[in-house]
Amino acid sequence: MTAEFGQISLILALVLALILATVPLIGAHRGNVRLMRLAPSLAVGHFVFAAFAYAALSWAFLQHDFSVTYVALHSNLLLPWPYRLSAVWGGHEGSLLLWILMLAGWMLAVVIFSRTLPRAFVTRVLAVMGMVSIGFLLFTLLTSNPFDRLLPGPPDGQDLNPLLQDPGMIFHPPLLYMGYVGFAVAFGFAIAGLLGGKVEREWVRWSRPWTLVAWSFLTAGITLGSWWAYYELGWGGWWFWDPVENASFIPWLIGTALIHSQAVTEKRGAFPAWTILLAIAAFSMSLLGTFLVRSGVLTSVHAFANDPERGLFILAFMGVVTGGALLLYALRAPRIMAGEGFGWMSRESMLLLNNVFFTVSAAMVLLGTLYPLIVDFMGWGQVSVGPPYFGAMFVLLMTPVVLLVPLGPFTRWKTDDGRRVLRALVSSAVVAIIAGMLVAWWLDAWSLRAVSGWIGGLWLIMGSFSYWRRHRRRGVIGLPRHQIGMILAHGGIGIFVIGVAMVESTTLERDLRIAPGETVEVSGLRFALEEVVPVKGPNWIAEEARFTVYRGDRIVDRLTPQKRRYHRSGQIMTQVALRPGLTRDLYIAMGEPLGDDGAWSMRIHVKPFVRWIWGGAFLLAFAGLISASDRRYWQTRRAERSASIPTESPAESVPT
Amino acid sequence: MIRMLVPLLVFVGLLVLLIVGLQSAEQRKEIASPLIGKPLPALELPGLHSPEIVRTSEELKGQPWVLNVWGSWCWACRAEHPFIERLGREAGVPLIGFNWKDERGDALTWLDRFGDAWTWHMVDFEGRSAIDLGVYGAPETFLIDHEGIIRHKHIGPIDATSFADLMRRIVELRTEART
Repeated sequence: MTAEFGQISLILALVLALILATVPLIGAHRGNVRLMRLAPSLAVGHFVFAAFAYAALSWAFLQHDFSVTYVALHSNLLLPWPYRLSAVWGGHEGSLLLWILMLAGWMLAVVIFSRTLPRAFVTRVLAVMGMVSIGFLLFTLLTSNPFDRLLPGPPDGQDLNPLLQDPGMIFHPPLLYMGYVGFAVAFGFAIAGLLGGKVEREWVRWSRPWTLVAWSFLTAGITLGSWWAYYELGWGGWWFWDPVENASFIPWLIGTALIHSQAVTEKRGAFPAWTILLAIAAFSMSLLGTFLVRSGVLTSVHAFANDPERGLFILAFMGVVTGGALLLYALRAPRIMAGEGFGWMSRESMLLLNNVFFTVSAAMVLLGTLYPLIVDFMGWGQVSVGPPYFGAMFVLLMTPVVLLVPLGPFTRWKTDDGRRVLRALVSSAVVAIIAGMLVAWWLDAWSLRAVSGWIGGLWLIMGSFSYWRRHRRRGVIGLPRHQIGMILAHGGIGIFVIGVAMVESTTLERDLRIAPGETVEVSGLRFALEEVVPVKGPNWIAEEARFTVYRGDRIVDRLTPQKRRYHRSGQIMTQVALRPGLTRDLYIAMGEPLGDDGAWSMRIHVKPFVRWIWGGAFLLAFAGLISASDRRYWQTRRAERSASIPTESPAESVPT
Repeated sequence: MIRMLVPLLVFVGLLVLLIVGLQSAEQRKEIASPLIGKPLPALELPGLHSPEIVRTSEELKGQPWVLNVWGSWCWACRAEHPFIERLGREAGVPLIGFNWKDERGDALTWLDRFGDAWTWHMVDFEGRSAIDLGVYGAPETFLIDHEGIIRHKHIGPIDATSFADLMRRIVELRTEART
């Protein structure tokens, strides 16, 4: 019966979303407080039913209820329970349910944290998000119902793709979806602003922490995905420019631009229309990402069962959401306040440059991803765009960003003297160049890529650090949190750049034949294979190679790569032995058994500084959260509210 | 006002492209390739394991065979790999890997890691010959008969259904070759 309860909950959530998207909106239009007051309660109810549906599906998984088709397809009796829970989002239908739950969760968060905003505004935000939720609920109920029954139920289910049976993969999709869906809040704010006809700095300020949090989740999600691909897909790469990856990267790039343009619009009132457009674009690109991953429109996309009917639905939905938003934009944007002017050398133009580079990059990734479609459409034959295109374009577009980032914070609003800015940073630049060359030389990484990576990375770190040194006031930290966040984020890019440059230039890879008792040397380390033994896991058996790693006579480490065979599907998976380190990763993958003396082909990698890639990226995500937690965003709200709507007490807008 | 409509127009353009793309995605799967029923373009490419050996499609004449386009960068190839392994075991005809837009080191690592079920591989790192073949994306699987005619093309990863279909067609081609 659980599945039916889940189904009913979903339908009830849809009903509440339908009411939320219409009735309070009419109230906001007419200034009817009683209708508007419905919005928070409806949003809470919507969340409760979405959560109930989600819990029902999870319960079906825990109970091995194979009479639910989705459970039978994605779980089996041998699957450990944490993977049964994460299998809920292991397929298309369940991941949609997760998406809905998260959207409902974000709406709940808006209800809780936006009590101090004007009522009409919050009502509009919730109504817009309700409309988005209607689309996803309909999509789930009409084309991809996770609660469909399979009667009679089979005795056992199919194996969950072993690739997904991994802690990294448990957290990757939820984080990613949190980011995708989080942009719905910024989208809701932008549309609410347009609907209200009053686009002002205030709502841009209100939407800033939401955008930052969503962006942080997205950053963390993408990073985790890259990390997972590195150790689980096992050929040591960290980014493949696969359409699935690009689908998450495009909203990230737009989101990055949005964060920066929001800063300008809030502080100086400049380019407000552009900020709205970016808020619409960030969420639209999240929808597009969903479409690309699930519709089968691009061949190499395979993460979910492809179904053109679903593709058409998402496309229609995207047409309504984005098309409607852009139409509203065309109608209302001309009335938006005119921005204040600024000189060519000013904080505004620096941030505008940021926006140019990031949106162009996003357009470039989008073009590359859709290029096969365009070419086919034009009848130029059929082609596919590979990593070389993306790699080359990205280096080209991001080099100026790396050079300019430290300059931005030092530049004053409105107008500034370029020489003054450069003078403030000249010591950082000199230190970065000298230290960068020294470090690269000391690490024996004397290539153009490694040296420029070190110089660029140190320039970012030093440049951001010197902002803190110059501008801090009393106290240990001495800067408000949103500026600390900025410094950490910019420094994080520096760490990331160093990691990328080192990995791409000095990775050592060795393929060899090795028998138990033998020893090989790779980049100053001796790898001794002690033995190869059979081992057993809950739903697999494996051959395990046991390595001891020495530097000189000292034991550095022990590594045990495995070659696993999963019982149910018979799929062979290599479990890479990976020893992460601050300055290098050791990596051993088992190949095939060779000959009768127990020898195996092995692949041994030494990857310097690869952790810095994810370290820098996680620092970015963390920095976004720090920024979002700045008191400034919350305090000013209270002040504004008591000034603008003094008659309502905060308790009134609290939902029960 | 006109200026404000630009984003909407760009978006409509994108939408049209995606709709057309979605329609033709189906067609691409059905009709597959204008090359079907035509002779396979002569392929002459270096091998993967030993680049000095030149591999040609000529050496396979006289028997049906399977050409599978893959690359280490291609996630979908990873997904279809269990079926490639079964094809290698069960098809009873040469299964040739067409390693596309890859790098030798990456491709070899990939084979180490996931297993090499193919008879041998030819490589097309620049993707020049792939154009003659009308390769749209990886993975793709071609069935070629004993006279060197392309008889079938499967686009996208092989799953349980398409595997059964491929096996049925391969058996037909083998019978045809014997008579």
